[in-house]
Amino acid sequence: MSAAEQPAAVLEVREVTKRYGHGRRDTLRALDGVDLTLHRGEILALVGESGSGKSTLAKILAGSTSQTSGQVLCDGVEITARRHSTARRRIQMVFQDPYSSLNPRMTVRSALSEVLRVHRVVPREQIAEELSRLMSLVGLDDSALDAYPSQFSGGQRQRIAIARALAVRPDILIADEPVSALDVSVQATILDLFESLRSELGLSVLFIAHNLAVVQHLADRIAVMYLGRIAEVAQTDTLFASPEHPYTQALIASVPRMRPRDLEQPPALDGEPPSPIHLPTGCRFNPRCAYAQPTCLIDEPALERVAEGHSVACWFAGQLQQAPTKQSEEFA
Amino acid sequence: MTTFSLTHRFRPSRREARPAARRLRPWYQNRSLVAGLVIVCIMVLLAVLAPVLAPYNPIKQNLNEALQGPSGAHWLGTDKLGRDVLSRLLYGARVDLRIGFLAVIIPFVVGTILGAIAGYFGGWLDIIIMRIVDVFYAFPLFLLVIALVFVLGPGESSIYLAIALVSWVSYCKIVRGEVIVARQQEYVQAARLGGLNNARVLGRHIGPNVISQAITYAMSDIVMDIMVIVTLGYLGLGITPPTAEWGSMIADAQEFITTLWWMAVVPGVAVVITGLGLSLIGDGLTDLLSPERRK
Repeated sequence: MSAAEQPAAVLEVREVTKRYGHGRRDTLRALDGVDLTLHRGEILALVGESGSGKSTLAKILAGSTSQTSGQVLCDGVEITARRHSTARRRIQMVFQDPYSSLNPRMTVRSALSEVLRVHRVVPREQIAEELSRLMSLVGLDDSALDAYPSQFSGGQRQRIAIARALAVRPDILIADEPVSALDVSVQATILDLFESLRSELGLSVLFIAHNLAVVQHLADRIAVMYLGRIAEVAQTDTLFASPEHPYTQALIASVPRMRPRDLEQPPALDGEPPSPIHLPTGCRFNPRCAYAQPTCLIDEPALERVAEGHSVACWFAGQLQQAPTKQSEEFA
Repeated sequence: MTTFSLTHRFRPSRREARPAARRLRPWYQNRSLVAGLVIVCIMVLLAVLAPVLAPYNPIKQNLNEALQGPSGAHWLGTDKLGRDVLSRLLYGARVDLRIGFLAVIIPFVVGTILGAIAGYFGGWLDIIIMRIVDVFYAFPLFLLVIALVFVLGPGESSIYLAIALVSWVSYCKIVRGEVIVARQQEYVQAARLGGLNNARVLGRHIGPNVISQAITYAMSDIVMDIMVIVTLGYLGLGITPPTAEWGSMIADAQEFITTLWWMAVVPGVAVVITGLGLSLIGDGLTDLLSPERRK
């Protein structure tokens, strides 16, 4: 996408915060002022470690929980967890674990047709036709309709879960780590499925992952999340070629590559993320950052644009050299 | 709003995924279920056919023939009032099995519904329902039933009432726990996000996944209820004499336990066999209905 054609935002997250717990001391800030935009027809990957707030954001977008503050806009109109059923239909979700996201006592047919009937997606007599259309969309055979979830493999189950999400004809799909519970060999086929659904149906997809390698060939843009905030957003190519945030650099360095000399390098990122209950002062990444300066301990950097479509939340964005593998000598 | 078309079909090459060939084992290959069903069916059949099978009137006294041992005329002998023990055993099955099965229904329904509501909605409803459950749970089951029957007076209806008042709490606890677990499952979240209302989520998605635990428990609960009736009969609080009933038969026979021991043992064995059959069914149902089987 060039700078000239500004893509339309289909889903906008503005300054969304989610706190858990009462009282002032032990509040867990799962999301701490998140800004994110999903453009129409794109696959936006949201990447971060466990506990970075990715799933919380997914839940808020899908409407299964509500944010503490901030706004979620769908086509410029604010939506909340108590949304109207038409708004609910537009945004559907695919869960991480295909073993628990399908009702073990319902055949694929009854699970899918229930959704079709409740939302009156198609007239009653066209349900059978619609079912086989959904099955072919996700690459399953019609004979799968009368089986129970137990009779499928993980990848097949995830296809069924995707079919259920597509049954109400959403235009936005929130996929919460849809491949992380699957075998590596199956992951690729499900990633392909997302790609073809996007191109065939024009879906806008927010694809959550904890691994950059998974989304490298799928996502148009990648947002890197750290401890409830967006650290960096960029086009996928840009992000991999010139990551600005030290955390992104570390994440990229940690992607396994088939090169023997990588084995000699120290781990790119030490330690655990700090507790989201007791956040560090200043930049939340400073305890683990190889470049941390006095400024980083005092003030928190905002997500600033450094180039077209590339925003970074780092005081030294653009100043850090971009060979993440050699970071330790430079600022030490 | 939707600017895309959903009419595209994928190329056939993408249809590589097919349902696995894994088949579910049919119910009749479940040994304990079949064994239990056979036992219980035989017991029920004997009870139903008691008027045809019983050689004598179970309440007709014949003091001339009292306390006889097994013979051609009286296969299991006679009791102290000269009543045929076999006939009383068959007629007793009618009473004990009927009450056992019927007494389970009300607590099953009430306990399941209240437990599902408490588990699904939580909050104040949960607190109120579970505190009531705690009150009933604080007393031993038998003691409470005996006390209630004592207050309500002997007879079948007070047995039903007493059992219903006491044993719904177990169903309530079981179902509540299962519902709380099921509510966290992603398929329930998916159903809610899919815009299904609470009644549908509970009835279609949670219900079928939790009811098996309650059904399994009901099987052992029938055994408990039969034990309660027998105990009440033994204590003289149950079915009013001279109606034949296993518990009162054991109570009547205990004074002759050293000489005519079979008079007490035979109804006891009948209780044990019935209990065994129901337990086997419960065991088989656990296998058959467990969600793991269909995972």
